[in-house]
Order: sequence, then C-alpha cells, then structure tokens
Amino acid sequence: MEHRPIKAESDTREHLVVIGNGMAGCRAVEELLARDPTRYRVTIFGAEPRVNYNRIMLSPVLAGEKSFDDIVINDADWYATNGIALIAGDPVVAIDRAAKTVTTRGGVCESYDKLLIATGSDPFIIPVPGKDLPGVIAFRDMDDVGTMLDAAERGGSAVVIGGGLLGLEAAHGLSLRGMKVTVLHLMPTLMERQLDEAAGWLLKQALEARGQTILTGADTAEIVGDGKVEGVRLKDGTLIPADLVVMAVGIRPSTALARDAGLAVGRGIQVDDHMVTSDPDVLAVGECVEHDGQVYGLVAPLWDMCRSLADGLVEQPSGYRGSVTSTKLKVSGIDVFSAGDFSGGDGCEDIVLRDASRGVYKRVIVKDDRIVGAVLYGDTADGNWYFDLLKKQEDVSDLRDVLIFGQAFASGGGQADPKAAVAALSDDAEICGCNGVTKGQVVSCIAKGAHSLDAVRGTCKASASCGSCTGLVENLLALTLGDDVQSGPKTMCKCTSFGHDDVRREIVAQGMKSIPEVMQKLHWLTPDGCSSCRPALNYYLLCALPGEYVDDQQSRFVNERLHANIQKDGTYSVVPRMWGGLTNPRELRAIADVVEKYNAPMVKVTGGQRLDIFGIKKEDLPAVWADLNAAGMVSGHAYGKALRTVKTCVGSEWCRFGTQDSTGLGVKLERMSWGSWMPHKFKIAVSGCPRNCAEATIKDFGVVCVDSGYELHVGGNGGIHVRATDLLCKVATEQEAMDYCAAFIQLYREEARYLERTAPWIERVGLEHIKARIVDDAPGREALRARFLYSQSFSQDDPWAQRAEGAEAEHHAPMARFTPQKEIA
Amino acid sequence: MTTTAEWLDIGWVDQIPVRGSRTVQVEGGDDIAVFRTAEGKIFALLDRCPHKHGRLSQGIVHGGAVACPLHNWRISLSTGEALGEDKGCTPTVPVKIDGGRVLICRASTLKAAA
Repeated sequence: MEHRPIKAESDTREHLVVIGNGMAGCRAVEELLARDPTRYRVTIFGAEPRVNYNRIMLSPVLAGEKSFDDIVINDADWYATNGIALIAGDPVVAIDRAAKTVTTRGGVCESYDKLLIATGSDPFIIPVPGKDLPGVIAFRDMDDVGTMLDAAERGGSAVVIGGGLLGLEAAHGLSLRGMKVTVLHLMPTLMERQLDEAAGWLLKQALEARGQTILTGADTAEIVGDGKVEGVRLKDGTLIPADLVVMAVGIRPSTALARDAGLAVGRGIQVDDHMVTSDPDVLAVGECVEHDGQVYGLVAPLWDMCRSLADGLVEQPSGYRGSVTSTKLKVSGIDVFSAGDFSGGDGCEDIVLRDASRGVYKRVIVKDDRIVGAVLYGDTADGNWYFDLLKKQEDVSDLRDVLIFGQAFASGGGQADPKAAVAALSDDAEICGCNGVTKGQVVSCIAKGAHSLDAVRGTCKASASCGSCTGLVENLLALTLGDDVQSGPKTMCKCTSFGHDDVRREIVAQGMKSIPEVMQKLHWLTPDGCSSCRPALNYYLLCALPGEYVDDQQSRFVNERLHANIQKDGTYSVVPRMWGGLTNPRELRAIADVVEKYNAPMVKVTGGQRLDIFGIKKEDLPAVWADLNAAGMVSGHAYGKALRTVKTCVGSEWCRFGTQDSTGLGVKLERMSWGSWMPHKFKIAVSGCPRNCAEATIKDFGVVCVDSGYELHVGGNGGIHVRATDLLCKVATEQEAMDYCAAFIQLYREEARYLERTAPWIERVGLEHIKARIVDDAPGREALRARFLYSQSFSQDDPWAQRAEGAEAEHHAPMARFTPQKEIA
Repeated sequence: MTTTAEWLDIGWVDQIPVRGSRTVQVEGGDDIAVFRTAEGKIFALLDRCPHKHGRLSQGIVHGGAVACPLHNWRISLSTGEALGEDKGCTPTVPVKIDGGRVLICRASTLKAAA
C-alpha cells in the first residue's frame, strides 16, 4: 500500500492518529466523520496490507459464499474522499507519550494530538510443543484465510483446535472446501459459552452429519511433525493426522503497545465511559479495551463504544454503559442464536420448546418477569425479538404463556403479518448485527432516498454482509415506502439492475435482436456483460427469434462452442446420439474405430444409455465427428443446455410386463426434440410399465406407459436435490404424448430462467400453472407445440456435420505454431 | 512487418474473433492464448489458468478479463492476475500490432511456454 503525503503545509487542524485499520478503528473514524467531517486531520495505521474489511465475514469467504471484495467495508476511495491518510502493512511498534509520537516498524514517525488505539485482539496460541511448525495457523485475518484456501487446494486433513464460534466456522469452511476435518474441543459441549448442553448436542449432531469429526473433552498434548505439521497428539495418546492445524481456542486483547507505553492495562487497556485511557490524549476502542471490568470479543459492543467515543471527541459526551451481547453462528443451513445469560441460578425460570422432528430447540430464561437469556437452535427467526426484550428489560408477564412461540404468535394470531412484527420493534432495535445498524438508522436512510435493497445496502450497510437480515430490511422498506418500494426478483448479475423475467419481457416487447442492443437499451453497467449474463441473453434471443437470431459463439460456454465436454486436462469427451438408447453394429464399429484411431484412453457407458469417448484433442474433434457422421451418428448434445438423452426400457416388443412400445415412443420423442436449445439441460425417459425401469419419474419429462395409455410426468431431477416428478396428466394415444411433450418443452423454453431446471421452475410457478397451460388450454397447447416445431425446423442441423465440413475451423486450429528452432510454421 | 529477433509475427488481427481468442502452439511448451476484446485490444497470456491449469483461450472474454472455462476464475488480460477474491497470476506476453499483423514478444513466449 502506498504511503500518502500525510500533511498539507497549511493544515493546522488537530491530528487524530488511529492505530488499527480494522472494524473498530475505521468505525470510530466513520462515527467521528458523521458528527464533524472537518474537525480532525486523520491518519490510520494498519498492520495488514489492505483496506478496511469486515473481519466477521471471513468465515463466508472461507466457505466460498463471499469474495474479499464483498466484505470490504471501506475501499480506497473512502480514504481518499475523506482525506484520510492510510499507512497499511507497516505496523506501529512504539508510542512515545511524552513526545506524543508513534513509530512504525518501517521507521515512519508521526506526531499526534489525539491517539486512538484500536489494535483488537490476538489469537491465543496454546503453548504446546510443535505450535510453531509450518502449517499451524490461527483464524484471524485474510492471510489466514489465504493459507487455509491453499491448504484446502492440496486436500488432505485439517484439525481445528477449539469448538467455539470461530473454530466451527473455520471447520465448516474447510469441510466445504473438501478437507477432512476434525474439531478438537476441550469442553464437553460445543460453544459452551454461548449454548447450553442441549443446543450444543444438537449442533454436534448436525455437524457430524455433514461429515466432520467432533471430539469433545479432547485435550491437546502436542503438535507433531518433522519440518511441517503432520498431526496432533491428544493427552490420551490418540494421534490425529493433519496437514493443517487451525488454532481457534480464543483471543486475548492486544495490549502490548499500550503496556509498553505505560498506560493502565488490566485484562485489556482500561478505559472510562468515553473510551479515554489513563492518558487523557490517548483513547482506545474495541476488543483491546477493558471497560468496567469487561472485555468483549464480539462485534456488537464495538458499535456502541465507537458512538460514545465519537461523542466524546466532538465534546458532546454520552458515555458507554457496557453491552449485552448476542451470537449467531455463520454456518449456512445451521441456525444458532444465543443471547444473555443462560446459566440459570436462583430465581431463574426456563421456558423450553422442543420439536425433535423439525430439529428445533428454544429456551428462554426469565427472571423477575424479564428475559435474561435465550438460546435458539434450528429456528432463530425470533432471536432479534427476544434480544430486544432482553436489552430493554421489558416486563413479559403478560406474554409469558405464549412467549416461546415467538413474536408472531405472541402479538396475536399464529400467522401474524411479518411487517407488523418489524413495525413493533423499537427504533434502537438492532437490525443488522454484522454492521451494527439499528431500525431507526435503516428507516432514516430509507427516508433520505434509499428506496431499494441495494440502495440501503450501499448507504447504511444494513444486510450488506451476511444477508441474514435481508427480510427485515425488505419489510422496513415496505413499511416506510408503502407501494413505492422497488422490489422484485434478484438481478441477472452485477451487470444489470433487471431480473431475468424483466429482460426477457423487454426483449420480446421491444423486439430486440442482438446482445449489444439489449445491453444498450437496458442500460447495462458493463461494456460487454460477463460470463453469467452473456450466455443467458444469447439463449433468450435465440428462443425469441427462431431462424432469425444469429447465435453469438463468443457468448457460449466452451462446451457449447466446441460441441464437446471439456475435461480437466483440456481434452474433450464426445458423446454421439443413440436414439432411445438403441444402437447397431455399424455405430459400435465406428465408435470402436474412433477410439483406436485417436487413442482415446477411455470409453464409458453413460447413465443416459449412450457411449462417452474421453480424451479427444480439440484439433481432432472435426475429424472424429466426420468419422461418426459417416456411420450415421449425430451430436448427442451431452455438452449443452439442450435435450440430452431419451432413456427407454425395452417395452412391449420384448418385455413380458410391457404395456406399450416404450422404445419406439422414446425414439420418436428424441427425433422430435433433439437439437433444441433450452434454459438448462433436459432429460426424457419412457418406461413401458409402472415398474418404471427407465426411471422416468426423475426426468424433466417422463412417460410411464400403462394398459390404458400414457401417464405424463414432469419436473423430476436426479441431481443434488432428488425430486420425483409431478403427474401432469394421462393421455390415451402416442400422438397425444408427443404433442404434450412438445408443448411442455416450449413452455419451459419460454418461461424458465436461464440455468433453471424444470424442477425449480415448476416449484417456482406451481404445477397448477403448468396444468392450466398444457392440459386445460387445448388451443394454447397446440400453439406452444406449433412454436416448438417451428423452432425445431431451424435447429436440427447436426452441428458436428457443419464443423466436420470445415465450418468455424478457427475454434479448433491454433492461429500459429512456433518451433523455437524453426520459427513459425 | 515480419518475424524479427525480438518479435514473432503470428497472423492477422482479424483471425482472432472479437471477444474471443486463438492459440499459438509452442513446441515443447504450453500454448500462448491471444485475446481480442470488444474494444479491439489484443492481449497474450500463457494458456493456463493459475488455479487448475484450465485453457483460458476457451473462456468467455468480457471487458478486460477472461473467465476460465473450468471454474470461472476471472483473469485480467492485461496483468494476468486473478480478479476478485482469487489469488494467482498467469504470465503475460507483450503484444504489438503492426499493419494489422499481431506480433508477440519472442523472449516472453519462450519463457512463458518453457
């Protein structure tokens, strides 16, 4: 990070020097600027060589849910715009209070009028043999995340020491990144400082179900390894192999600098209610301080401290009174919330709700008619409400009977309006825990013109980090603006503010004919889109303008551009179409010849009843296709968002149970629909009887033959989320089965969003909608079918044959060859 | 302009599709990917993503970047650096255009492809 000129000659303002470019240091400066943007000249020193980011969002970065850019709080522009000098990557190593200067490791010496120490905390490294081996790290900053990602890249095993919030988030991220993870926790239950035994046990079960090994009561004796970490040995002698060890056993306030400077330090740097240390010109804030005997390791107290600090700096002192904290675990799919004191004790009463089948556990601890603690597992929707009641010390005696069922129920009626629930929150109720934003701040930000979710995120930052409060912010928008709220589905990608459905509608309504035209008319934010929106636009135009739109090859993924599937070594696999899964000696001979002629290292029978030839070089593809074409075979589109296979069983021709000619119908369906481009891949199957050997009920369109006709099923999927089909209807004849299939495909092509399979599409629009269009509306069905067949009249040219004849040869041949000795060929 | 001690002439600019790429095969080494952006700028990189060695020449070119076909890493065409959260760098090869011909730096080509 470059060193900016620190002081203009004429600048005579008081100089505020901040040690620490983290969440506390920068938040304090933000609060100060909000009160008086010009009073102080500000210089920030940071140990890490980067701008200010949201440290509590490192877990989602590790888990791959966020990128570093997403968690930056203040980018370089913020420092520039506010005239803040940032010296990053060069930590302060000494404070001279007499001379009122600070000195960095690099030798930069800067004088101050007011000094703010926001050094945060250091990870606690347990003093066991081997703690300094390469491969043993903490989980504290972006560099640690980088080390973990590198390790995950190499695979292997990781041991996380510490089953608290941070350790479990690290373990979750590493596990998602493919490492075999073992968590060692000294105490008998996980997160014992935030969760009671019951919730800790539920959490352990859930994490183990995700493949992590959790050892509680595990006391680390040493970390072993020769030159680098190789494993962790427990005191009971157990040895756990590890390529990476993450220590997440706790943090300690980082006080060395303050102590060396002679400031009063207890567990942390001691401060008064205005965050002033034992030296009136030195302030401190965040995890490094001790206030009223308390030190904090969570983010929420920091927001309160920074407000009090800034009030003091502009001489309108308010005074910090300490914080009550709540905790949420950022492990996606596992909802855990805790707040306050749940240790029980005299006069404490527990209200508990358990719903074992839903995996829900709620416990609210009440003392003297006031909530003193809450632990929620599995359903944390009411966390904010309990926390708000707790902080306010509100009398809950009137609510007591229904308290545990949550805010909606307690405020009258099981299905109360979620907006009413948000409306009932007080102005200082916290909406966004990640960024410390209250309801009052969100509302005032909306009132000042932030009329969309993105605008709110861009201004007061509510819901801009982990996003778990997005619903609350949306409700606040709706409450504040009434019908003016700009809501709607998510945008296509960061290149546009329009959603998929808007873009499609406008393409048709305005008769747009090319990708550049769409980008121009719909105000695209990037010059030529990105790898998300370009393939989608290409498809939408292709679907809207059959026979007219010229496909943009540069907006297709490589597989669709090369009509083969790229493999991890850069070679391709080739799947010729086998109609209905039928083949013959001529085709098999041609495939065998191709395999030998081009040295394909593997041939595989696919799940879709075809043969996949692996290891073909890009340059050889046209020749391979020519050979396959010569035997009568065409592209199987195994690479495309297109019709893939039509799987069949042998049916009435051979099978003693078969009721209809399932093979014959399969071949006819495939002949009708091959070559069509779709929002996503599309699979068909036809089974000859309800024994369903062709697995038709997990396909996008499945036919199950019965004695009296054909059952038509839609929306099945055998992928990550297995979904059985919904029964669309039953028809009597083969021709009807074909007609309904064509109409269904066209409806999917016209209405589903790009990269949306039929299963999520049907769940989004509802089966009733599909039935209304395909079953109930005969003229509509016929129109859909006609549009599909019209579109097919342009798309059933074998792309392989065109390439084999030399079309688009530039995709396959290098532009030039260079032999270092012989120059260019 | 033809091949010199310093520069290799690899062909016409128009041989490279707009928002697309072609490759130069280097005997005994990795290919060089030559890109042409929507604005008509030409860039050359080693045809190898820093992540899992995907062929960048097969990716979607947008703005001044290419998306690797294997895992969608975005690589800057001008610096070879991975963009966003990803970390890594692909060697770049200096390019110049002379009379519609594309020339790439001989020394960098040899070094990158070695």
